[in-house]
Amino acid sequence: MRRTLPVVIALSIVGGGMLLTGVVENRYFYFATYVILQYIVLSTAWNILGGYTGYVNFGTPAFFALGAYTSTFLMLFCEAPLLVSIPAGGLISGLLGLGIGYLTLRLKGVFFSIATLALTVVLQTLIINWEFVGGAKGISIIRPVAIPFFRNYVQFLFVVMLGLAVGSLAIARWIEHSWIGLGLAAIRDNEEAAECMGVPTLRLKLFAAVVSGGLMGMAGAPFPYHISLIEPLSAFNLDYAVNSLAMPMIGGTTTWVGPLVGAVLLGTAQQVATVTISSELNLLIVGVVLVGFVILAPDGIVGLLQRMLKRK
Amino acid sequence: MSSPLLDVQHVTKRFGGFHALTDVSLQVHDGERVGLIGPNGSGKTTLINCIAGVLRIDGGRIRFRGTDITTRPAHQRTRLGIARTFQIPKPFTSMTMLENLCIPLTYVRPRQVHGGDIAAAAMAILERIGLAGKAHVTVSSLTLIELRKLELARAMAARPLLLIADEAMAGLSSVEVDEILAILVRLNDEGITIIMIEHIMRAVMRFSSRIIVLDAGQTIADGTPEEILRHSAVEKAYLGT
Amino acid sequence: MFSFDLLVNAVVAGILLGGFYAAVSLGISMSFGLLEVANIAHPVFVIAGAYAAYMMNTAVGLDPVLTGLLFTPVFYVLGVVVYRIYYASFERKGEQSLRGLVFFFGILFIIEVSLVLTYGVDYRLVEAPYIGRSLLIGPIGIALRLLVPFMVGLVLTLALHLFLGKTFYGRAIMGVSQDALALRLMGADPIKIKTIAFGLGIATTSLAGALLIIIAPVEPSMGREYIGRVFAITVLGGMGSIGGTFVAALILGVAESLTSTFSGPSWALAVSFGILLLALAIRPSGLFGR
Repeated sequence: MRRTLPVVIALSIVGGGMLLTGVVENRYFYFATYVILQYIVLSTAWNILGGYTGYVNFGTPAFFALGAYTSTFLMLFCEAPLLVSIPAGGLISGLLGLGIGYLTLRLKGVFFSIATLALTVVLQTLIINWEFVGGAKGISIIRPVAIPFFRNYVQFLFVVMLGLAVGSLAIARWIEHSWIGLGLAAIRDNEEAAECMGVPTLRLKLFAAVVSGGLMGMAGAPFPYHISLIEPLSAFNLDYAVNSLAMPMIGGTTTWVGPLVGAVLLGTAQQVATVTISSELNLLIVGVVLVGFVILAPDGIVGLLQRMLKRK
Repeated sequence: MSSPLLDVQHVTKRFGGFHALTDVSLQVHDGERVGLIGPNGSGKTTLINCIAGVLRIDGGRIRFRGTDITTRPAHQRTRLGIARTFQIPKPFTSMTMLENLCIPLTYVRPRQVHGGDIAAAAMAILERIGLAGKAHVTVSSLTLIELRKLELARAMAARPLLLIADEAMAGLSSVEVDEILAILVRLNDEGITIIMIEHIMRAVMRFSSRIIVLDAGQTIADGTPEEILRHSAVEKAYLGT
Repeated sequence: MFSFDLLVNAVVAGILLGGFYAAVSLGISMSFGLLEVANIAHPVFVIAGAYAAYMMNTAVGLDPVLTGLLFTPVFYVLGVVVYRIYYASFERKGEQSLRGLVFFFGILFIIEVSLVLTYGVDYRLVEAPYIGRSLLIGPIGIALRLLVPFMVGLVLTLALHLFLGKTFYGRAIMGVSQDALALRLMGADPIKIKTIAFGLGIATTSLAGALLIIIAPVEPSMGREYIGRVFAITVLGGMGSIGGTFVAALILGVAESLTSTFSGPSWALAVSFGILLLALAIRPSGLFGR
């Protein structure tokens, strides 16, 4: 019974989403919630390597965009449907995580972070030179007109992203409570001691990098359909880098709940703010809030709540 | 003479131009209590790090129970039966004492844990070492002696055949030193071979059946405590006369 | 199409560019190489320095190099403030470097976005009598806008090298990276020494930024290109070795220039990233390292 309850909850949420599409017609609603759900996936993915293992990835845009461009490539090359592109995007981005991880995770964490920081720019440069997927100009993507079970494609994308969000939360939760999560926490707390206590640190770090990168790639795969366009500036947007980092740090990095809280709070705030203030000012505020949290409340909101509960 | 448990052969370790260890060889047999002493900077911790697998050696070989472990990563050596404590305690800071022990219990031959209950096995170790009352306390609030005992408990949780205790008594009071010493003696009685690195001479002399002396990266003496006391090179290393 | 002239010009341009890259990397060589503080925001301070030069150039026609020198104390103070916050929040408590990294990333972000808000995303440039002119030595064309930064970079390297080797504070900085306790026993406060070192690192960005805007127009997001370059140079040169940093910068400059000339400018960045990975692969002790 304990095992099946989470599965039931997860399926109910997705099912509820599908029912919702029958009731609510407002396109903007789906557009906005899609963005928040996307951030749930990105923050959760980031946190598996960042919060659980202690290795900071600044290159979220690289993994996200790689997923987006993988799905674009497959669509142009063989008209692959979205439900095929998503695992493909996950696979390619997962391989990128493995590659970067293999090259840098044997060194101190700082070098991994530096490599991810440089990665985005380089990957963006390579994509800009690849004419097949549109290069710098980009390609406009036309969404399929009709899709079974849904009124329109936008609603379909909403449910797909809802499924990815629920799926990534489930994966994060499973990892956290498993023996893998125990090892990752040991690596985060003291990697040398963990290695000497029998934890295969390199293997676990690579696992976290692959899962993290893969999830980011899967979040990116539907992106071209979401904005009906694929071009480098929006795919490699630095928003993804700062948000996928700020949301877990604000929400809390040690559990799967933290990124969810952070993504919902910060994501909603940003959706509200974009209509009132410029996107640059929006980002500036996120940056300031991030620095504030990392200095004053490094355990995030979840951490603050946990400490308040302990005092009672 | 049966083959040694640990066989260190002609080990050399360099850091850039600095020779930390030069042609160090030693053997430790099953059930022995070996003391490893030497002045500061003589390379004791470096040697331990090489044996444990934290550092790669530049020359020589290391054998454990007949298996060549020279290129094996540290976590594999732990699984084979080598455990070590750290000179400056390195607990898992976000976890409780109990959770700290769950790591080695989960990652080192977990199927051999009695009854398969990891938490219970961790509790049992804490009880043996006298820390059961603080099982659910996060390590950030522990005293030095408690941290040192936790280091030992964690190493015990890895169920080793060889335990290397790196200055497990540094900074402790006389009474506390005796506490740690008693734990080590008990572990040895149960069949664990122990290498003890220490500066506290009375502890080393009482504990060890054999003492190896390191100075400037080389072994300069290897014998019983009485022999070492009389050894002129040892006197020179420590007193510089 | 390959020609010897093209090759020689590319190499010369690469060397000159390398001198500039050295100026940008020296600060990181100190803060990351010696102090082990991963200030990933360093390149964006350089961009800020470039904008300071732009501001003075458009307002009063001041030469950018002079602006760079003028603003050096300002950037030094900025560096001291940043380090104080960093030290109080992270290093003193012995926190994992995770939070320190995130802190600097936040700083990077704040500065870059502030620049966008203040100046917009258009390219800005400066005017000076040497920009746009070249020397001709046989078949080799030497653009003055590259030569001046190279010379300044060289002078800066020598100055820092002398400072670290000959002065009290300089040697204290070298000492604190190796043995903070010994330093304390000698009567110097390690924290004060580290603050000075970090402040100096940021101070160099004022001049480096001025050099940047001499070479080419700037816009706020350019700092991102330099992150890979700067750390590649620091690691390749051996963490904390000033001379090594200069040599590594020349190597990177030449590699990028050759790639740019024969394969196209967009591949130059990929080359520096490749060099970064290579540098990490041959272990962070680099070519001249400790």
